[in-house]
Amino acid sequence: MSILAQVTYEATSKAESQAIAAAGQAGIAYGLATLGPGIGIGYLVGQSVQAMARQPEAAGMVRTTMFLGIAFTEALALIGFVVFILLKFV
Amino acid sequence: MIFGLEFPAIEQLVEWPNAFGDEGVWYGFNKIALINMVALVATSLVFILAARRKTLVDGTLVPRGPRNLIESAVSFIREGIIMETVGADGLRYLPFLTSLFFFILIGNIFEVIPFFHMPANARMAGPAVLALLTWIYFIAVGLKHQGLKYFWNSVAPPGVPKALLPLVIPIELLSTFIVRPFSLAVRLFANMLAGHILLVTFSVLCITLFSATLLALVLPFSFAMLVGLTGFEIMVAFLQAYIFTILAAVYIGSSMHAEH
Repeated sequence: MSILAQVTYEATSKAESQAIAAAGQAGIAYGLATLGPGIGIGYLVGQSVQAMARQPEAAGMVRTTMFLGIAFTEALALIGFVVFILLKFV
Repeated sequence: MIFGLEFPAIEQLVEWPNAFGDEGVWYGFNKIALINMVALVATSLVFILAARRKTLVDGTLVPRGPRNLIESAVSFIREGIIMETVGADGLRYLPFLTSLFFFILIGNIFEVIPFFHMPANARMAGPAVLALLTWIYFIAVGLKHQGLKYFWNSVAPPGVPKALLPLVIPIELLSTFIVRPFSLAVRLFANMLAGHILLVTFSVLCITLFSATLLALVLPFSFAMLVGLTGFEIMVAFLQAYIFTILAAVYIGSSMHAEH
């Protein structure tokens, strides 16, 4: 009886440790995925603000292109978020 | 369980039971389907109301009622999206892009509407279908404008040196026909799901702090954050509809003419 209890206890603790490891990996995956897009979007918006300040009449065009660039840059961070969800919950 | 905080499982946040029928039947109808139906009916109704020929009320061309709203929205999509990205050639695709924009916007805005609190696009099915539709649409536009040469022009842009073609063709093939619809769908889905989880986190925090202990002192800050994030999510709902539409416009524009 005690051996059975021991075995089930070890089984649950193994599943639990796997879940903990998956959660840790999910956190690391998402954390790494934010780095590049964070720098990228910061640089992109900074340059766009500079462009708009230098040439206010081109602000509309710059803004549209800025949103496009943000959408492309952000995609990597969002894929990182999806990987996080997949590792953590699936 | 994090710091005594009972966070609900992810299935509880995004999966809704069918109103009738068992799980997995084709006629099952849940909250997401209801929101999508509302998005469809509300958009159609507002546009039909606005399109009724009531402009010449008192001999003037001044628009009245819902027509004001719809005219400014359509002119936003025409001037802000199509003219900025495609140019005057793209105006014939205004109806498709307008319906795309409003369907996504209304599906997203249900994230902050009381008693719903669920963006329809936080489930992958909706964004996937919309992205697939856009994919079919821009390929059809390319075939219509360039004929079968469209496929060659899109994988090997004119002006690329012959020696580079073995490198360029796989990259362009992947980025045009696989990454485009995938990133469109994932961008909308992940943004809405992230916003939904963010709002749920702060709501759970507020409910937990709403107690007779000393912790209740933190409650105002948590609640203020929740209100602020709700405003932020309204902006995200609008921005994601805008970005989806503008990317669809860019893709349609890029398949109208060979790149150079």
